[in-house]
Amino acid sequence: MTPPADTAPVAVVAFAQTVHRRRTDELSETEMLMPVLHEVLAATGLRTADIGFTCSGSSDYLAGRAFSFTLALDGVGAWPPISESHVETDGAWAFYEAWVKLLTGETDTALVYAYGTSSAGDLRDVLSRQLDPYYTAPLWPDSIALAALQARALIDAGHTTGPALAAIAARSRADAAANPYAQLRGAVTHGDPLVHPLHTGDCPPVGDGAAALVLAAGDRARELCARPAWITGADHRTEAHALGVRDLTDSPSTRHAARRAGAFDRPLDLAELHAPFTSQEVVLRRALDLDERVRVNPSGGALAANPVMAAGLVRIGEAAAAIHRGEADRALAHATSGPCLQQNLVTVLEGEA
Amino acid sequence: MTSAPGPPGTNPLTAPLTVEFPFTRSLGPVQSAFLTGLRERVVLGIRSSAGILVPPVEYDPATAAELRELVQVGTSGTVTTWAWNPRPRPRQPLAHPFAWVLVRLDGADTALLHVLDTPGPEAVRTGMRVRIRWAATRSGAITDIACFEPDDTPPDDTPPAPRPVRPHDGTFDSPVTGITTPARLDYTHTPGRAQTRYLQALGGRRITGERCPSCHKVYVPPRGACPTCGVATTGQVEVGPRGTVTTFCIVNIKARNLDIDVPYVYAHIALDGADLALHGRIGGIPYDEVRMGLRVEPVWTDGARHPDHYRPTGEPDAPDDTYRELL
Repeated sequence: MTPPADTAPVAVVAFAQTVHRRRTDELSETEMLMPVLHEVLAATGLRTADIGFTCSGSSDYLAGRAFSFTLALDGVGAWPPISESHVETDGAWAFYEAWVKLLTGETDTALVYAYGTSSAGDLRDVLSRQLDPYYTAPLWPDSIALAALQARALIDAGHTTGPALAAIAARSRADAAANPYAQLRGAVTHGDPLVHPLHTGDCPPVGDGAAALVLAAGDRARELCARPAWITGADHRTEAHALGVRDLTDSPSTRHAARRAGAFDRPLDLAELHAPFTSQEVVLRRALDLDERVRVNPSGGALAANPVMAAGLVRIGEAAAAIHRGEADRALAHATSGPCLQQNLVTVLEGEA
Repeated sequence: MTSAPGPPGTNPLTAPLTVEFPFTRSLGPVQSAFLTGLRERVVLGIRSSAGILVPPVEYDPATAAELRELVQVGTSGTVTTWAWNPRPRPRQPLAHPFAWVLVRLDGADTALLHVLDTPGPEAVRTGMRVRIRWAATRSGAITDIACFEPDDTPPDDTPPAPRPVRPHDGTFDSPVTGITTPARLDYTHTPGRAQTRYLQALGGRRITGERCPSCHKVYVPPRGACPTCGVATTGQVEVGPRGTVTTFCIVNIKARNLDIDVPYVYAHIALDGADLALHGRIGGIPYDEVRMGLRVEPVWTDGARHPDHYRPTGEPDAPDDTYRELL
């Protein structure tokens, strides 16, 4: 949706992320998260007690730690008592909840954070547990297998080729060379077919990481940030759960969310797409009508760092940070969740001239 | 837990952690008919606004209308997309390399996810004809389809003979009304810096907390952050071994696999020097004589990794103003 005219506009005013790594054995999730929380608070000069609303995204299944989001709150400092919420999915959806909360006018600042410790388990198996438990999950189809089915459908439909996918992989990792937080940077071998037609290089790294950002409304945003990244629209949509019901070569939910968020109203100059697999970038570019004038994933995207549950929030943060730095004026950020781009969230961010 | 090599100054502990649960789910009328049908080598779909859905669902994906009109479809079909899996994972349907496939069964308008048994990827292509290979023993589960196999009658790319989609009332003798789907995930648990230090100290029968640099409270067990200040706790502090019962309850229900006679007392215990009470069982005193303020000490048993329980020290009770803030 686009915000009603009579509400104060809301902006991303600070963003921080961890250096994403294959393992973080020496850290609990709280210990991994705390530095990024401190970083966004320091950037804005806010203390926890000043924050009107706190919302987080994570999933206990990643590390097998029950109710880990309640423990993660230790890193926030919940005293005096805070207004808090949690989504059991990517932190991009926590961002959406916080944005809506700020639009109500109940408060003018929000802290959003997300984290994932994929290294503790076997991510391919862990993600299979989100599938329909009657007809699909008993077959244990893993996340790469499902993405490979989508990639084959795209190749069969003539939307891409193996070499074109390899080129997406190479461009992403080359762009990530300038991103100090990325896990896979620079030249990365395309590797052997992992699940044909996807090669190792078509797939995201498995790793641990966290991210946080601060939202603020109206004049508060202008006080906290020299060039706020104003949220001019955000929307999220989902599609049928059963893969066999969907056209895997298309993402109507992404297109619908983008339209509702106002993405097509004026040209974009940057898009951060949450496409963990090269083939999914092909789907998203088509759904969003992105042409060569739009810079896509200058951060390297999820192919360079994919901290599950935080990677979508990182897309919003990267897009906002590009606006903060004056490197973009109108940016789109996309986040996804579920197999083969099942759920999609699109937000549009703008800087003032 | 075992120590793993880590960066200098840390020695992170790791331990295997298995999360396993036999999920038991009841089936609605549509799922029951579909899964019972598989047991009887019959594949059922359901009529929706988008045509015949196989596998069938209870509500229309487009309109959310309730769906009840079951039909029987074919046991052969066409591959709509595929992916070759050279290294099957332990719980997947075939132990040797296979193809994941979406198959649109004859008469269906949507595709079913399953696996295809062929010698190699060169034998698979989109549009190929495949048929169900039934499992030898079937119980009413998606795995009653052991896999798909190539079906070269009729030859590939010949449009299948129009197969009448027959209405089916979904009724079978002794229908399957529920399924049990065991799920198991294996993890390597790592507790982080603060809890590693705590557990290592416990190995030496010492109980340690960590102090918040901001509010100076000592947390036991430490989790690395002060929950009220939101900053990292630093500086280990040895606490106890003696402490004070701050509050307690009497447990009257015997837990399975727990070799403790009921009733017994479970208590919050503020160890000397700690600013947070931890919890433990109280022994060595009749359950109805435990009280707030009782002074206790840990009892360690051979080979245990933490105190087995706490027992009275025999000291006079602590005055209530010494633990009031810790309740």
